[in-house]
Amino acid sequence: MNLDIRTVAPENLREEMLRLRREQKMNFLETLTGMDWGEEGGLGVVYTLESTETGERAALKTATTDRENPMLPSVSDIWKIANIYEREVYDFYGIKFTGHPDMRRIFLREDWVGYPFRKDDEPEKENPLRMTNEPLADVTESYVLNPDGTVVKETHPIFEEGEYVVNIGPQHPSTHGVLHFRVSLDGEVIRKIDPVLGYIHRGVEKLNESLTYPQTLALTDRLDYLGAMQNRHALCLCIEQAMGIEVSDRVKVIRTIMDELQRIDSHILFFSCLCQDLGATTAFLYGFRDREKILDIFEETCGGRLILNYNTIGGVMADLHPNFVKRVKEFIPYMRKNLQEYFDIFINNVIARNRMDGVGILSLDDVISFGCTGGTGRASGWHNDVRKRMPYAAYDRVEFNEITRKEGDSFARLMIRMDEIKESLNIIEQLIDNIPDGPFQEKTKPIIKVPEGTYYTAVEGSRGEFGVFLESHGDKTPYRLHYRATGLPLVAVMDTACRGNLIADLITIGGTVDYVVPDIDR
Amino acid sequence: MLFDFNVISQWLHGALTSVMPEWAAILTESILVALAIITLYAVFAIILIYMERKICAFFQCRLGPMRVGKWGLLQLFADVFKMLTKEIISMRQSDRFLHNLAPFLVVIASMLTFACLPWNKGAHILDFNVGVFFMLAASSIGVVGILLAGWSSNNKYSLIGAMRSGAQIISYELSIGLTMLTMMALTGTLQISEIVEQQYAEGWNIVRGHVPAVIAFLIYLIAGNAECNRGPFDLPESESELTAGYHTEYSGMHFGFYYLSEYLNLFITAGIATTIFLGGWAPLHIIGLDGFNGVMDYIPGIVWFVGKTLFVVFLLMWIRWTFPRLRIDQILALEWKYLVPISLVNLVVMAIVAAYGFHF
Repeated sequence: MNLDIRTVAPENLREEMLRLRREQKMNFLETLTGMDWGEEGGLGVVYTLESTETGERAALKTATTDRENPMLPSVSDIWKIANIYEREVYDFYGIKFTGHPDMRRIFLREDWVGYPFRKDDEPEKENPLRMTNEPLADVTESYVLNPDGTVVKETHPIFEEGEYVVNIGPQHPSTHGVLHFRVSLDGEVIRKIDPVLGYIHRGVEKLNESLTYPQTLALTDRLDYLGAMQNRHALCLCIEQAMGIEVSDRVKVIRTIMDELQRIDSHILFFSCLCQDLGATTAFLYGFRDREKILDIFEETCGGRLILNYNTIGGVMADLHPNFVKRVKEFIPYMRKNLQEYFDIFINNVIARNRMDGVGILSLDDVISFGCTGGTGRASGWHNDVRKRMPYAAYDRVEFNEITRKEGDSFARLMIRMDEIKESLNIIEQLIDNIPDGPFQEKTKPIIKVPEGTYYTAVEGSRGEFGVFLESHGDKTPYRLHYRATGLPLVAVMDTACRGNLIADLITIGGTVDYVVPDIDR
Repeated sequence: MLFDFNVISQWLHGALTSVMPEWAAILTESILVALAIITLYAVFAIILIYMERKICAFFQCRLGPMRVGKWGLLQLFADVFKMLTKEIISMRQSDRFLHNLAPFLVVIASMLTFACLPWNKGAHILDFNVGVFFMLAASSIGVVGILLAGWSSNNKYSLIGAMRSGAQIISYELSIGLTMLTMMALTGTLQISEIVEQQYAEGWNIVRGHVPAVIAFLIYLIAGNAECNRGPFDLPESESELTAGYHTEYSGMHFGFYYLSEYLNLFITAGIATTIFLGGWAPLHIIGLDGFNGVMDYIPGIVWFVGKTLFVVFLLMWIRWTFPRLRIDQILALEWKYLVPISLVNLVVMAIVAAYGFHF
């Protein structure tokens, strides 16, 4: 959808944000995107907000023309997730947020020179390939704005002297990728977690600024590789909406089925990896056995198993394989039957229950403030399913339930995924028999230029709301293409969820909040 | 009827003393016995690792090793040679002496315990009147090796793993001691050969002691599994939390010793369960079926012992490949809140059963 953005001056920003938070109950900070509008527009931030109570949405922007020492007020005390988002903006644009408690780089190396997302920055010039290990700071900085307008820089230690700090990652079997937690321990009890991100940061958003629209599609599958279909769907949808392309019914239904298959695939992998993390290796392979069936279905139609490259602007890459319908119809009863095995071998096991019940409880306020969408949010009772909130593709014509639970513990997060597998099977079952005829691809111009404007489109990814924020200046490349990563809020919430729990619980909680690292680092 | 190994040992002793003085004969015998232990130790480690890989594969809808030799039979030999040729890496900042000593302590402990097993009638290596007591004492040396490994590696994962291991093994030794005590109340002797002889004559202990013996057997299996640091009690090395726990920093054959002793401890735990509960080398006898019993007696004791032991090993592997891992507080709660009180009550029950002759 085209965003209607209201401009707010930096000095009024906090006041306006507090008003929105209090009066309009805007408790969900959906995205916080750094922007460089050049010399005139300055460096700024675009915020999109939503009220979980009324469903009302708002978009605001603020900017400063000071390129030497840009400062904007922080909103990290209003929405907890802003803490990480503002660090990302600081990392890429060098905007310092006054009042932010922890102004460090987040994805790039700490010895990186310059701010690569600024349009006038030349990242290659001062950043040769460094042959030394990345230094990790033990102190962090914050900028405090005094009432008289002066700014004071303060430094704080991240960990106190003599704390027993253990590195979980970057190479660790249970971080599900190259993720690094610095964990302060008191015996086996976790006192604090400091996530260190960016080990597989590939600068996807920066790359996008020099790629044509069809080229940008290729990178989406490599963000959350367990949500490849949905990610690419989101970007295609965003570009199609911006250009006013209406895809055929056939494409809508195909995309819906593919998204749901991908969701089942992701949830099965979630289950498998959780079993592996908790030491139940046999259940792990049961999951992989079933996931294989989905990958086979994908392979026939898309040619790929993990990186699918299926959606395109205006349709899908190729028509469905003749076997597709038959295979999917075989899979539905097969999966329903095998799902029971998961319960028999793992979920109903007394040890598994004891490891998950009441572990890592997240309150409703916390998940909303951290923006933990997807199963993690729904396990705490937050109705955040994009398929219901802002229906797209064929979701308005199928019957399905949005699964939510109240407990907010690890077991609830697991059960949400198990129930969602059933719901996804129901959705597929409703659609598979009547896939409408029609073209699988709309004709588009050879060179795609998106009309000027700012657009935001979200789909329900495998692990939450995957959003595409696109600012176009009418060129054949995007001016700014930002993804609302589903995993970043999930990593941000780890500290809150894990404090006071045991080190073994860190693994359980990490497994059940279900992040995928390439999606976090982008 | 049953084959008696004493025949062979006496023949050997006689043959040796006829060609050399008494002391030299005993020395030669000791060396032969030592060689026998080491060979058996290695052979059983290989059998168990192969068995574990195949069983775990079948549980997980896989085939396991298939490429090296028929059904992957030579895979393990290839693995052993690989292990032997690997470099032993010594690290800066570690306590070199303790780091190198630790694996040997673990292996020595498991070999000493291994030597206590009764393989056949007359085929015991260590057998004296406080045999069970000695076995418990020897097996608990292993924990020192694990603690030293964690401490000397100067690695935080290793240290946490070693501390977990210490807490776990020392706790569960209590249960093992209590179940042993329970069974000793029934048998009235601590000498391993006598315990088995008694079962040969009067029936397996698990049948003789009925209810308290079955309870003791179950507790022993749980605690024994925990002693071996195997799933669901594998949290000293829980790979998904501590990468490899106390042996993270070991390589080559030093790691190999931990690996060997893990499997041998599994065999020993099962072997002790066989000896104490399932009659050791005593064949299956059913009262009243004399013909059947006679046939059973033709099967040598060593086959009975190894067969029963591998059956218990299979039970333990079944458990390992089914259950998820416990958490440290749950492991300690299970021991101190459930197993120890139950064992204590069970001991009293068994004492009553034994004193009033309620057993078979």
